[in-house]
Amino acid sequence: MRRVAVVGVGCTRVGELWDKSLKDLIVESTLKALDDAGIEKIDTIYVGNALSQILQRQGNLGSLTVDVLGLEETPAISLEAADASGGLAFHEAVKAVKFGWADFVLVVGVEKMSDASSSEVAEALMTFEDQDYVAFTGINQAGLHALLLRLYMEKFRVKHEEIAMFAVNAHKNAANNSYAQFRSLINVEDVLKSPIIADPLRLLEYSTIADGSAAVILCPLEEAKKIKKNPVEVLASTIATDRFFLFERVDMLTFNSTRKAVKKALEEAKISLQDINLVEVHDASTILGVLSLEDLGFVEKGKGASFVAEGHISLDGTLPTNTFGGLKGRGNPVGATGVYQIVEMVWQLRGEAGKNQVGNAKVGLTHNLGGTGSYATVNILKGNLT
Amino acid sequence: MTTTSVPKYWREIKYRYRLIGSRCLQCGKIFFPHRAVCRVCGSRKLEDYKLSEKGEVLSFTVIRRNSPSSFEKNVPYIVGLIKLENGITLLSQIVDCSIEEVSIGMPVELTFRKIKEAGKEGIIEYGFKFRPVLK
Repeated sequence: MRRVAVVGVGCTRVGELWDKSLKDLIVESTLKALDDAGIEKIDTIYVGNALSQILQRQGNLGSLTVDVLGLEETPAISLEAADASGGLAFHEAVKAVKFGWADFVLVVGVEKMSDASSSEVAEALMTFEDQDYVAFTGINQAGLHALLLRLYMEKFRVKHEEIAMFAVNAHKNAANNSYAQFRSLINVEDVLKSPIIADPLRLLEYSTIADGSAAVILCPLEEAKKIKKNPVEVLASTIATDRFFLFERVDMLTFNSTRKAVKKALEEAKISLQDINLVEVHDASTILGVLSLEDLGFVEKGKGASFVAEGHISLDGTLPTNTFGGLKGRGNPVGATGVYQIVEMVWQLRGEAGKNQVGNAKVGLTHNLGGTGSYATVNILKGNLT
Repeated sequence: MTTTSVPKYWREIKYRYRLIGSRCLQCGKIFFPHRAVCRVCGSRKLEDYKLSEKGEVLSFTVIRRNSPSSFEKNVPYIVGLIKLENGITLLSQIVDCSIEEVSIGMPVELTFRKIKEAGKEGIIEYGFKFRPVLK
C-alpha cells in the first residue's frame, strides 16, 4: 500500500451557468487541476456524475471525458451514487493510487442541472430513492428532508431557529467565495420568513439547482513531494451504506452510513475525532447538516442544533464547518459536490483559503451523502506535511 | 412526463393494492416493502404478509412546489410517515384531511386511491393512501 496525496485541484463557479455545457464544465475544472499540479499526463480518470443520463440524455461520461481532454491513451471510469457520486469517484481514485493500480489519477465531478425545469430536476433527484414505494407517493427530496426536520424538532424539542442557523453560517462563508452560488448574507429571520417549500422546510434551508464541476489530481505521496511544495495527504477514504428506505431504519434521525464511514475512516487514519480541525458536511438542507455533525460524532444526538446556534461551526468556532459555504452556500451540483468538498479542504490545508482561512487547519474531514443518507463517503485529509 | 410500463405497474399490484409485505419464515420478522432475503437472519424463505390497515402519523410534510410532474395536479398534498399497528412504518399520501388538520399522532387508516396518471395516453395507477380514521 502506498500513501496518497492531492497535488492539483480546480473547479468552476457554481450556479446556473447558461453558457456552459456539461463538456465545457468538465474541461474547465480539469484543466485548472492539471495546471495546479503542473502535470500533463494522467494514468486513469474517474468521473462522478448523478444526473446527466436523465437531464442531458448523456451517458458514457468516461469516454466523453477522455475525448474532451484530448487524453486519448487514458482509461476512464464513470460512477454514480446519487449525490455521493463525486465522493465515490474520489474514493475509487484513492484506491487506485493506494494499491499501485495507477500513479497519476484525475477525479472529476460534474453536474449540469440548469438544462432542465425545476420540476424535471425534482423528478430526476427522486431516482436516488426507491421508485415503487417512495417516489410513488409523490414526495420529493425537499419533502423527505422536511419529514426529518419535523421529527427532529418534535423528538428533541428543538427550535427551528437553531437549525436554521446552519444556513446563515453557509451564506456567511459563501460570501467570500468567488466560486459560490449564493454570496448574500442572510440572518435567521430571512430563513424563517422565506417561502415554505415542504412544511416545515423553508426555501433558504435547502440547496437548489446548480451547475458545476470540480477536479482533483492524486498521486503517490512520494511523487507528490517531488512536484509540489505543499501536497495534501489523504489519510483515509471510506464509503458505507444505510438501509435504502428511510422508513425501515431503526432510528430515522441517525444515518448509519455516516456512522460506519467515519468509524472506518478514523481507524484508517489512525487518529481520533479530536484531531480534526475543520469539516465539510453534506448540508443539502439545514437538517441534514445538523444530523451529519451528530452522526460524525462531533456532537451528541439531539444537541447538534444548539451546537450550530452557539456558533461552534463558524470560521473562528471550535469546529469550522463548510468554510466555503457548503451545499447551501457554495451550491450543490449534486454529482460534483463531493469533489468540491475536497478542493475546498485542500485550499484550507494549504493555507490558500484567503479571507476564509481557518487558523489551525491541519487535518480536515469531508462528508458526502447520497440519497437521504443511504450512502455516505468520508475522507480525512492532512496538510503541513513537512 | 414519465410513463410507467404496464408490467412494471402490474408487478406491484398485489402489494400496493392490499398492503402486503413479507414475513421471514425462519425468524418471524416482518418487512415492508416485500423482499426476498431476510435482513435479520439471512433466510431466503419469506412469505407474503398482510399488514395492518390502521396506524398513526409519525411525521408529515406538504409538497407545495417542484412536485414530480405526474403529481402536479395534486399540489399541495400531504405525505407522511405512517407507523402501522404491527410496527411497520411506511410512506404514504394522507388524504381526506386538510393541511391544518393533520398532526403527529393522528390515527389513520388505509384507503385505496388513484395515485397518478401519465397524460392522456398513459395508464392510470392506483395504490394505497391513508386517511383519518372514520368516526
